[in-house]
Amino acid sequence: MNRDSLHFNAAARLLHWLMAVLILTMLFVGVGMVSTVSRLHDALLALHRPLGVTLLVLVVIRAAIRVTHRTPPLPADMPPLQRVAAKASHYALYAMMLAMPLIGWSMLSAGGYPVVLARGVQLPPIAPHNVTLYAVLRSAHTWVAFALYATVLLHVAAALFHAWIRRDGVFASMARGQRRA
Amino acid sequence: MHDPSRPSICVPCRLAAIAAVVGCAAAAFAWTAGWLTPKRLNAPHVIDTFETNYGIHPGFRRNHAKGLCVEGWFDSNGNGERVSRAAVFAPQQRTPVIGRFAIPGSNPSAPDASVPVRSLALLFQLQDGEQWRTGMNSAPLFPVSTPREFYEQLVASKPDPATGKPDPATLDAFNRAHPNTQPFRQWIAAHPPSTSFANSSFYSVNAFVATDAAGAAHAVRWEVVPDAPYEPATAAQKAQPDFLSRDLDTRLAAGPLHWHLVLTVAAPGDPTDDATRQWPDTRERIDAGTLVLQNATPQRVGQCRDVNYDPTVLPNGLAPSDDPLLAARSAAYAVSFNRRTHEEAFAQPRTDTHR
Repeated sequence: MNRDSLHFNAAARLLHWLMAVLILTMLFVGVGMVSTVSRLHDALLALHRPLGVTLLVLVVIRAAIRVTHRTPPLPADMPPLQRVAAKASHYALYAMMLAMPLIGWSMLSAGGYPVVLARGVQLPPIAPHNVTLYAVLRSAHTWVAFALYATVLLHVAAALFHAWIRRDGVFASMARGQRRA
Repeated sequence: MHDPSRPSICVPCRLAAIAAVVGCAAAAFAWTAGWLTPKRLNAPHVIDTFETNYGIHPGFRRNHAKGLCVEGWFDSNGNGERVSRAAVFAPQQRTPVIGRFAIPGSNPSAPDASVPVRSLALLFQLQDGEQWRTGMNSAPLFPVSTPREFYEQLVASKPDPATGKPDPATLDAFNRAHPNTQPFRQWIAAHPPSTSFANSSFYSVNAFVATDAAGAAHAVRWEVVPDAPYEPATAAQKAQPDFLSRDLDTRLAAGPLHWHLVLTVAAPGDPTDDATRQWPDTRERIDAGTLVLQNATPQRVGQCRDVNYDPTVLPNGLAPSDDPLLAARSAAYAVSFNRRTHEEAFAQPRTDTHR
């Protein structure tokens, strides 16, 4: 077996940890900005949109790397149910990472809002101004966010289970590169 | 796992550690969302209080529910460029406008004379997709300064089920405890409502920050000043619940209506974070051009229906000031918009005609 394939490549690891920080930030910004009427609402909203577009770009790059590079195999002794759960949760994470910024962008479009990223910088609408569509997307934005955070927590719990209890190298495959002998 | 080459571990301890990590992360999320701090004032609290006080009118705005749509444009004369680089203020620039006249309150069929204030909301559709949204009132100042005070005032205004009106003693107590409400109340007492939307001035109430082409910031408020002269509403008018929309239809049948858009520029030291305080009359006033409104339509079919007039949607060259009401308006309007569009999308078909 190719020794290098026991670890994710450097680009995949960098994107994983960078996006981990940004996605956690994004989820807390999102849920925090709708929890207050203070000026923090406006400040967080101004951060939310550019961060969302950044994450959209990053997830596209990351997906491209994911499909063009080999990923480390799961340990041979992992029970079948855990293997299925691992695969399914990773598909779900990719799907939600891609869906969230697209739902947000199209939701603002359907609500008739200009999609302002920064002073004088804005994106074109990607959906028609239609409040029925807006209502569906607005609800979806919240519920997919909760589902994404729940899946992230599951992912963290599983990663720590591999690191602290199974001690099978799965956590290390994303935490660091191959050590040189 | 019986690999003798690996040190033995306390599996329950480690499982507990994993549970602690996940539990803390979930708790942090719940705290950020405000689920653990019910006293933190959020926009749903404000909108819930409107609904508790005045009932739910599905599909309607939670405040300023009774209104109508108008269309028109703004002809800029270029004077506004002195304080703002926003494209809407360029010389000879015509910008399409989607407007909405309304009266405050949650009841979409309230009599027009039931409130002393009216509102005009405008959406300026700039050429490059930028927008300027503003919700203006016919009073130049606001009764309260902060979102918390607004919320407390709303709670104090809860109608008594017996009379259908707020309890005067509760309102009195609120006003006594909040002397900053006095300038607003004095202004209202001194300015009886006019005969028409068309001869009302409308004011931004909150301050904003305009940035000019050189990058210099200027605190401003704006207002639209009608060409039609002020006349106080008559008793006969006030007896008609919908006199404002009828009057508007009559006037628009004779031609479009005009206002001047005037920017008032603050001097250093003028308060920008307190909507209960007006600036002195001597401040510079810039007549930036003419607002022309025509084509009134019922709000159930008009373009304004699907617009959230969030006052923090601003073009490059205008920005919110440090007035704490602006963020609260943005947050609360969003919740109102989310709820009414949700009702539009998922509710049963309605026979209500007042939308």
